[in-house]
Amino acid sequence: MIRDITLGQYYAADSVIHRLDPRTKLVGTLAYLIALFIFNNPYVFALAAFFLITLILLSHVPFRFILKGLKPILFLLLFTVIINMLFVKGTPLFSIWKITVTEEGVKQAVSMGGRLILLILGSNLMTLTTTPTRLTAGMEHLMRPLKLIGVPVHEIAMMMSIALRFIPILMEETDRIMKAQLARGADFESGNLFKKIRSFVPVLVPLFVSAFRRANDLAMAMEARCYHGGKGRTQYRPLRYTRRDAVAYLILILYLAAVFAAGKWLSELATPWFKEMIGYAGSVSVSMSEVY
Amino acid sequence: MEEYKLIADHLTYSYGKGSGRERKALDDVSFVLRKGEFVGLIGHTGSGKSTLVQQLNALLKPDSGTVFFEGADIFEKDYDRKALRGKVGLVFQYPEHQLFEETVFAEVCYGPKNIGMDRKATELAAYAAIKRVGLEDEVFDQPPFDLSGGQKRRVAIASVLAMKPEILILDEPAAGLDPAGRMDLLSMIRELKEKEGITILMVSHSMEDVAEMADRLMVMDRGKLVFDDSPAKVFSHVEELEEMGLAAPEMTYILRDLKAAGFDVDPSLITLKDARDTILRCMTGEKA
Repeated sequence: MIRDITLGQYYAADSVIHRLDPRTKLVGTLAYLIALFIFNNPYVFALAAFFLITLILLSHVPFRFILKGLKPILFLLLFTVIINMLFVKGTPLFSIWKITVTEEGVKQAVSMGGRLILLILGSNLMTLTTTPTRLTAGMEHLMRPLKLIGVPVHEIAMMMSIALRFIPILMEETDRIMKAQLARGADFESGNLFKKIRSFVPVLVPLFVSAFRRANDLAMAMEARCYHGGKGRTQYRPLRYTRRDAVAYLILILYLAAVFAAGKWLSELATPWFKEMIGYAGSVSVSMSEVY
Repeated sequence: MEEYKLIADHLTYSYGKGSGRERKALDDVSFVLRKGEFVGLIGHTGSGKSTLVQQLNALLKPDSGTVFFEGADIFEKDYDRKALRGKVGLVFQYPEHQLFEETVFAEVCYGPKNIGMDRKATELAAYAAIKRVGLEDEVFDQPPFDLSGGQKRRVAIASVLAMKPEILILDEPAAGLDPAGRMDLLSMIRELKEKEGITILMVSHSMEDVAEMADRLMVMDRGKLVFDDSPAKVFSHVEELEEMGLAAPEMTYILRDLKAAGFDVDPSLITLKDARDTILRCMTGEKA
């Protein structure tokens, strides 16, 4: 029933991208995302798209798996595009009734929409090629410096990996409880909103009960094996950088250099991200206030 | 003419379609349930038993094939599936995990209320069901979460029984209970058939549980229905059963060994009492 959500779902395959160290992938994804937001420039987008497609091809993950990740943000995407098209002021292209679509609006819409798509697909590629365990291990490593200021890095990472581990289990549990209540004549579809929400009580109560039971069992099992937090803890499979990662970092630096070059010299549109964001927000609020 | 209550017609189902990890859970399964029968459904873990039973009350739509209840196709677009779920009651594995109400009585009223019984009928049915599963009056107002494991399971079974099903499907009803609780529960289920005339399909992976009670046994292996016959006939296929990771009841092995040792015994006995008498007879030294 609710099993088609790709949330941190790993696609098992053997590829260069899969084998990269999770830290490399995390740093790479972060750099890629920041680069996307610094420049508002078609050349940069083209470059990012080319870079991303190359990585996807290298990763052996079928395109439709990566595209699946766009489904949950489809609404946000449409909303962004439409708002930009309708409310950004500038040279009018055409107008229907009271709505005027401007050249700037279309440009803005395409750039925001394209950026969102590249952003989601990029982070999706990372989660599809990295197991949750490796991902949290990578994060733990990267956040290590924060330990100096007293942040419980290991504990946070452990909580994250447990939470990730429990998502599919709880989804399955929800599915099972829903079916059990359906077998007792429950109806989750008909009626008004209030009635629908009420009809979920028989699902939520058992779900919470079972979540607490599982949490309790897990805590007990961990304590029985003398878990006492991160102090002095070694890893079964410690993270190790290899030549592959060195090459990956080199490619990343080249990519960033290319992005900066394209952003700086290829277009006069290059603006610092904050200026543009302020401008974007301003243009929306201005046009909103004009509407009312 | 014998009456078919339910017909499963060439059911097929796969999990994980389109993900590249497709796995066939049901492969062309057909059978009938006759009125008043007690049928045991046996199979190793992952043989497709649970998938199959979810299709019998339309919780899961088969990829191909269909199910007929009293002659009507339950996957037809306009079929009233909610009413069907009242008539084909399904008790899931570990049903005590679906309890949610504040009192046992409210819990058991949930089902009949859902399928549209009025208040009086609901309360009467709930009362009768709680009594039927052998719970005492003092549990009525208790929160179901305060009861013992075995009692919780009875409440869950009562909550399905209160809908007055004509067919009751139980998925591993005795799993995780202690031996005494197990015996009690199984004899209660047998009474449902004998006293109320409810048609019963009981899923289990334990031969002992079903051997004595069932009129007929169906055995599943890797999504296929392999045997559908009387218990005695099914247990005569000991080798095949073992290959599927199942086993015949202990007594079948003893009787077979006795026969091999030259005693005049019938290895297809299925009740404990007959087996005991035979073994005693052999011990007093009546070699053929």
